[in-house]
Order: sequence, then structure tokens, then C-alpha cells
Amino acid sequence: MSHLPILPVLVPSLAAIIMLLPPLAKSVSRQRTIAWLAFAIMAVVCWQLVASVSHGTTIYVLGGWQPPFGIMLLVDHLSVMLVVLTTFLAFCACLYGSAGEELTGRFFYPLFMFQLMGINGAFLTGDIFNLFVFFEVLLIASYALLIHGGGKEKTGAAFHYITLNLLGSAFFLIALGTLYGTLGTLNMADMAAKVATLPPEEQAITKAGALLLLLVFGLKSAMLPLHFWLAKTYSAAPPPVAALFAIMTKVGLYSIFRVFGGIFGADAGALANMADAWIWPLGLATIVIGSLGVLASPSLRLLAANVIIVSVGTLLLSFVVSDGQSLSAGLYYLVHSTLVGGALFLIADLIKVQRGSAQDRFVIARAMAQPGLLGAMFFTAAICAVGLPPLSGFVGKALILNSISEPLERTWVWSSILLSSLIALVVFSRAGTSLFWHLSGKKAGETKAQPAQIAAIALLLLVTPVITVFAHPVTEFAQQAANDIADSMHLVQDIIAHPPEVNYEAH
Amino acid sequence: MELLFAFCVGTMTSCGVYLALRGSTFSVVLGLTLLSYAVNLFLFAGGRLMVNAAPILKTGEQITDPLPQALVLTAIVIGFAMTAFIVILAMRARADLGNDHVDGDPPDFPKAKRGGDNRS
Repeated sequence: MSHLPILPVLVPSLAAIIMLLPPLAKSVSRQRTIAWLAFAIMAVVCWQLVASVSHGTTIYVLGGWQPPFGIMLLVDHLSVMLVVLTTFLAFCACLYGSAGEELTGRFFYPLFMFQLMGINGAFLTGDIFNLFVFFEVLLIASYALLIHGGGKEKTGAAFHYITLNLLGSAFFLIALGTLYGTLGTLNMADMAAKVATLPPEEQAITKAGALLLLLVFGLKSAMLPLHFWLAKTYSAAPPPVAALFAIMTKVGLYSIFRVFGGIFGADAGALANMADAWIWPLGLATIVIGSLGVLASPSLRLLAANVIIVSVGTLLLSFVVSDGQSLSAGLYYLVHSTLVGGALFLIADLIKVQRGSAQDRFVIARAMAQPGLLGAMFFTAAICAVGLPPLSGFVGKALILNSISEPLERTWVWSSILLSSLIALVVFSRAGTSLFWHLSGKKAGETKAQPAQIAAIALLLLVTPVITVFAHPVTEFAQQAANDIADSMHLVQDIIAHPPEVNYEAH
Repeated sequence: MELLFAFCVGTMTSCGVYLALRGSTFSVVLGLTLLSYAVNLFLFAGGRLMVNAAPILKTGEQITDPLPQALVLTAIVIGFAMTAFIVILAMRARADLGNDHVDGDPPDFPKAKRGGDNRS
């Protein structure tokens, strides 16, 4: 059995542990070297994962315990896609952090690596309790990263964020206890098989447990009405951390896709597609509230945070409309929106630093030291975020709009997505005007962006034209990822029904 | 037994939720702790309550489900770490923000009478 699937979890965790050992614990430059080394290994691992998944879905059973008993990692197109996305985003954020943020507090790189380990683990696991464990790993790393560097604003935002997430974890456990009580298993595929043949008297309680899970994942993914924490948290977080957090809402969305598309999906008997009735209106309302937030944002960081909320709403809709046929388009949009969201936070930080006391608020202030460079980056990111041609935001939104055939759904989704794009267009034009053109007479600032910072943003933005040009292979991959949500469950159920011969003597 | 157990879990959960909704960080931390105890008990009951059953597999006897016990163990460890973290953060917030309100900014209470309370 190849040990490839565990490496995305193992490499960051080992790197973090090595960084905490005495010869490295006090030297940031050595920790940085280890971080680059870990990312180099991760790049090879990602390459191998993409290569391996093209031969089909594989599972990795930890300790040789066959499903449904042991913990199992699931490597299918969906998890590989998200692991690759996470690794790339984390690399860019880390590169940006190497130009300053690493020195504002201790242990930036180890925390970053633990966070990466948690996110990768959450994307790879095929066991729902293990999903909880990886959620906690990524959350505790995110708590520490959020207050990295300290300060009043961060402490205040962190307290809200942590309290909410601890409540979320408590509800997660209650939901898991309920589901285990009725289904008697925690392996996702096995749960899917058991749900289909659930006796009628247990259906109501299983449904309650599953909807509690929706509450928890809704909290993580900032679904209305659980989105209030997002704007404040993301705008208070250190910039590279905020950029990495762009993937955190996607962890919640991924869990919704896995649980409500896989376990309680079309094959779930009486409970089939049970969450759709909730996600439909909530997704629409998330877009509306996010757009209102976009309109009301007084600074670029808050604007970026609200753009993320709008993208969450769009992705939720893509999950439920046209019986799941839009999800592949949604996954394409997910890749795009994560990278652009991350880039926006980093650009906002550069602008904030160069404008002095006015920060990134939309007010008259002194000119920036590098208006041309920052303006070009802001302009590119804005085009992507709004969804104007020719970049990937347009392709993503067009794919989603095009995939809907039913007239009623089409009316709702087209109007909400197009109107939110129009609002974003207006607000981004206003933001660009006031940031770059409304200047006071004062001398321009002197602080210039460092090469590592520019490189990090450029890397994030360069992906946009790449996935536009190679839209065909990317959408094909996304289509397979969307299909895998149900197919992987069937595959694992086959393995459970016909377990492979395992020679325990040999282990 | 089930009724008593359910009553205990329910009471602890409602007390935990009530305290978590309070305005000062101390009550919130207490509330979260209570809630995590309630959750641990609840998870434990997920494997059904049994009396006089062996905790680990023995042949020919009635046994309880060992998995929820493993889950509770994991949940306890994680809950412990999280509680420790939020306690430290609450103290940090008290130091940074100068008060222990969850928003860092207590709503305006009517001011105490002059010379009324010297301790504050």
C-alpha cells in the first residue's frame, strides 16, 4: 500500500515539530528554511496525488484496520483538488509572511504548518469523527495565528471567534453522538449505506442530528445567519493569516458537500437531499446580506471579507440547484474565489502600509509609494472578484449560470448572482477611485513593498489567467470531483461489502 | 436511569448555553466548560447506557459499546486544551482591553454613587 495519501498531513506536522526543536526554536531564519523545504516536498506530494487520482479513487487505511472499523483517508478528485489548492494558497501566504509578519510574534511558521496539517487532514479524511479532530487541529492553530503579533483589535476579534467555534465544536459533538446513536458507525460511506435502510422511527432523530451538522458547517462556512463573525475576524487577522483563512470557509463548504451530498445525498432513502430545503433560501440570503455588506464596507479589508461571504452564498447555491448538476461549475468557482479572496487581503495590507494613517479606508489620503504596481494588482483582483471577462471570475460565474436549466431556479439564481456582481462592480470602482485617485496634497509615502510580498500576490493572481486558459482540463477535473462525492461513497461501500484479504501476520 | 441521565445532560446544557450568552468573559468560559461536560456525557450515552456490562470485549457476557468511550476520551482531551486556551485569552483580553466584557466595551451602566464603593 502506498503511503502517499497520509503525506499531506504528515509533512506539515513533522515540519512543525522539527521547527519547535531546540536548534531551530529560536531562529526564525532556520524555521523559514524548514518551511520552504516542507513546501518543496508538498509540491512533489501534490504532483503525485494528482497523478495517482487520475487512475481512480484510492483509500488509505490507518494501521491496517479495514473500514468501517478503522480511520480511513479518502483520496478522490475532490479532496486532491482542495489539498492542492490549500497548499498553493498556504505557500503564497507564507511567502508574504516571510517579509515581516514572521518577526511580529513567535512561532509563525510552526503554527502555519499545524494549520496546513489540519486543513489537509479535514479534506482527506473519510471518517466523520476524524473530521471533527482535524477541525479542532486547524481551529486551534487558527486561534493562535489570529492573535499572532497581539494588539487590542486582534484580542477582541479572537475572543468572539474562539467562543463561537467552541460552541460550534460542542454542537458538532452532539450531532456526532446523535448520528452514532442511530447509525452505529462513523465511517462516512458506511453511514451513507446505513441511512438508506434506516427504520422509520429513527429517521426523525437522525434528521435532527444531520441538521445540527448543517448548523456547525454553516458556522464554519459563514452561511447566513451564522456569518457575523467573519468580517471582523478576517479584517483583524494578520494579512498572511487572513489570506490563508480564505480557505477556511471552504472547509465548511467542503464538509457540507461531503455530508449532505455523500451521506444524505440522492441515495439516502427517506432522508435524501434533506438539507436542500434549508440551503436554498439561506444561500440566496447569504448573497443578499454579503452584497449589502459589500456596499457598506468602509475599508478594503472589510470589502474583501464581504466578497468572501458573497462567494460562500454562490457556492451554496451551486450545490443545491439543478439537482447537483451545477456543483462542478461551483467547484471551479471555489478555486477561483479562494485565490482571489486571499490575494485581496494581501493587496489590502500593502495599500494599508503605504497610505500611512488613513490605512485602507476609503478616504482621502496621501499618495502611495508604488501606485502603479498596487493599482495594477488591485485592478486585476477586482476584475476577478467582480467576474468581468476575460479572467476566471467570469468563466466561473458563466459556468454556474449556464448549468441551470429549470426556469424558476434560473430566475432566482441569475438575478441574485448578476445583481451581486453589479454591486461588486460599483463598489470596487468606487474603492479604486478613492484609494488611488482621491489624494491629499501631502508627499507620497516612502515605504515600498518587498519583493517577497509582490511575488506572493503575483503568484496568486497569475493562477487566474492560467485557469482561464486551461478552463477545459480544470472544469473536467471539477466535474469528476463533483461526481466523486457520490461515487467515492459507493466505492468504499463495495470495499466494506467485499473486504480485501488482509494478512495481519505480515504487519 | 435514562430519564435521570437525560435530565442531567439537559440541565447542564441549558446552564452552559445560558452562561455562554452572558456578557462577561468569566461566565462565558464557565458556560463553555459546562457545555463540554454535557457534551461528553451525551456522547457517552450514544453507545446506550448499560449496567453491569463489561467495558471491553469478553466472550459470552453482555458488553457496552467501547467506541463512544474512545470518542469521549478524545473529546475530553480536545475540550481541555481549548478551555486552557480560552482562559488564557480571556486573561489577555482583560489585560489588553481593561475590562472583562466579551465585546471589550461594556455597555453604560448607571455610575455608582460617589464614595459608595471604594474597592472598584
